[in-house]
Amino acid sequence: MTNPTTTTVGNGAATESTPPQVPAPDAVDVTAVPREHLLDLDDLTVGEITELLDSAEGMLEITGRDIRKTPALRGKTIITMFFENSTRTRVSFEQAGKILGADVINVTASASSVSKGESLLNTVKTLQAMPIDALVIRHPHSGAPYFVSNHTDASVINAGDGTHAHPTQSLLDLFTVRNHVGEIAGKKIAIVGDVLYSRVARSDILAFQKMGADVTVSCPNTLLPDEWKLGSTLGDETGFGGLKLARSVDEAVDGADVVMALRIQQERQEAGHLPSLREYSDRWGINSTRLAVANEGALLMHPGPMNEGVEISSEVAHGAQSVVEEQVRNGVAVRMAVLYKLCAPGKSTRIGNGDEAQTQA
Amino acid sequence: MAARKLAITGGRVIDPAQGIDRIADVLISNGKVIGIAEVSSDNGHDGYEVIDAAGMIVTPGFVDLHTHLRDPGQEWKETISTGTRAAAHGGFTTVCAMPNTDPVQDSASVVLDVIRRSAADGVVRVLPIGAISVGQHGKQLAPMGELADAGVIGFSDDGIPVADANLMRQALAYSVEVDLPIINHAEDKKIGAGGVMSAGLVATRLGLAGVPSEAETAMVTRDLQLAELTGARLHIPHISTVGSIAALRAAKDRGVDVTAEVTPHHLTLNDEWIFGLKGVVPEQVGRESYDTNTKVNPPLRSRADVDAVIEALSEGLIDIIATDHAPHAETDKVCTYDEAAHGINVLETAFSSVFELVGGSKISLNRLIESLTASPAKILNRDLGSLKQGFSADVAIIDPTSKWVVNPQEFISKSANSPLDGVELTGRVVRTIYQGETVFDMVTSAGARA
Repeated sequence: MTNPTTTTVGNGAATESTPPQVPAPDAVDVTAVPREHLLDLDDLTVGEITELLDSAEGMLEITGRDIRKTPALRGKTIITMFFENSTRTRVSFEQAGKILGADVINVTASASSVSKGESLLNTVKTLQAMPIDALVIRHPHSGAPYFVSNHTDASVINAGDGTHAHPTQSLLDLFTVRNHVGEIAGKKIAIVGDVLYSRVARSDILAFQKMGADVTVSCPNTLLPDEWKLGSTLGDETGFGGLKLARSVDEAVDGADVVMALRIQQERQEAGHLPSLREYSDRWGINSTRLAVANEGALLMHPGPMNEGVEISSEVAHGAQSVVEEQVRNGVAVRMAVLYKLCAPGKSTRIGNGDEAQTQA
Repeated sequence: MAARKLAITGGRVIDPAQGIDRIADVLISNGKVIGIAEVSSDNGHDGYEVIDAAGMIVTPGFVDLHTHLRDPGQEWKETISTGTRAAAHGGFTTVCAMPNTDPVQDSASVVLDVIRRSAADGVVRVLPIGAISVGQHGKQLAPMGELADAGVIGFSDDGIPVADANLMRQALAYSVEVDLPIINHAEDKKIGAGGVMSAGLVATRLGLAGVPSEAETAMVTRDLQLAELTGARLHIPHISTVGSIAALRAAKDRGVDVTAEVTPHHLTLNDEWIFGLKGVVPEQVGRESYDTNTKVNPPLRSRADVDAVIEALSEGLIDIIATDHAPHAETDKVCTYDEAAHGINVLETAFSSVFELVGGSKISLNRLIESLTASPAKILNRDLGSLKQGFSADVAIIDPTSKWVVNPQEFISKSANSPLDGVELTGRVVRTIYQGETVFDMVTSAGARA
């Protein structure tokens, strides 16, 4: 029942720039390979994350080729199941699967049609009855991919669950930062935005902290959990130990190597969290003045979709320090690395499974 | 029927209503208690059928002020038949049926139907609770006089708080005439709207919307003020927060006519159970997390809240333990946490789970038994919850050393929604007697769906 902790990851195969050829069908007993999942980054070791990022380097090279196709996942079936609207994440997964040669089937289910639990269970059981290898799921309820993973043999990949986690977004954010700054450890990351409702914030805080960065957040106090007090540094008992809660956006951005603005939803204003988007923009929006408080050449990130003029000004969103489009491009490579890791037959390393006996190089 | 005589011999008889705690024999005839006698030297009572209770604890049958029998309306979850048998399995001989049935128990006809069918299909006493408002809609008072005449023991809109402060005021004032308690689920739904668990570190880690404990405390405080204003009887169900307890203490000190209950789960489980590891806090959120069987309203609270309710129960500030037994079908729980129904199946684990508190020296055995017997009977103002001469012969026989592992699939209840699945508990009700008749006997029907 407990999560085993993986201490070592070392198989170098995934770090090769090109995935190995598909073994002959009879060479690998697929049934002997336990399926694993990517539900969040909290159960991945630094080594495993690094391995995935290294693998994504090779994947990025593939995405830049004239003929973007490899046979690495030929014969594999990946289903994307999105219970929330999404363009970039769904397309990103779809392209990642297709470049790797997998068959990708997109299931779009509105949340309303699965408002009953048995429907989600039955949907998963129905898909489970077909031969599928990976299930990419986005769902408005926190924990939904965990629930699904208990009812399917396929690898479950969390493409965003409620306000809980969005691990592939965090991997692509790590990847993007690493490509610019090299070593993530010791860097200062400022996250500005809706922390209470943001799965990107949760996963990014965990991910950057895990890689040794110093993370500070800034947002209206109404968009923090009640037990997180402005001006404090969280203790380890919170699960986000070391996270700094800045009293002002300038305090958060001051000396930052990375400034990340998060999307602010109109409904936060309607629910009484904010006086107005105008005031939010005034006090928390990232513009050139605020960005100037950060370190020179600091990266400006946004997970998208952007509300230009609200949480981020158009000027900086498309300015020299912005890596927003790069994030999208890197998303495909990172998701290729994840799919490859989970679906490649006969691979001896798997994400987050803690099966270190097989992962020793 | 010939006079039926029963002697329960040699057990440790605990009857807090009479201040009794000694090895004695309980004598029963014609469904009534004859008396508590010194242990006879030869273990013989002429003409009595003898139940040897040596090594056992013998108490009055438990009285539950807060039970959901789901009947009429949701018979796939529980029925009067299965619910009362589950009660018997847990040592309860009286259960008070909450009115959130379909149709709602907001008229004499529904209440009388429940009473009639309970007499026919039930194996323990069922005392219905009437609705406060018509249809539990919180708009118009239910016919409280008619309901009182039909036999309800109090009024509640159950899981739906009376949000309108004036309606609550009127309900309290109106109830004075019939002298029955108003039982209001205290939760300001506007605070923490959409929350599915208690706000705090665990909710934040799981990304689940949290309800601050102040949502309960705020309405408890309001209700206490209104009870004081009207002089009515207020009963606070499933109290669960440090703040509510402070408000309760202050109100009792002022002389407000208020009683309060706490559930076995709020006494023994905290929000860390939502990680799915039986209270262990994991390094990472895992696939066992989001345990929907922990979803209940009020939600499982923090450690500090749990400590506070234990202490308040122990000192008698919280008057009673009530189960809030809330059976749900598998489909209501095999889903995401957000979608899952609120409620825990409690009757059959209630005593054993709170008996752990005695083992941990957090409450005395006598006070624990009192909170399940004499204290709820006092709120009901009925001759129940004691082994006094002439009282209904309702008895629970407990083996205090029996160890068992909870397997909800073996519940007599129609449903199995328990977070205690797989947990080992010590101490167990082994026999339950209602009106002199055995309605549960571990030896003959352990695990059987009667």
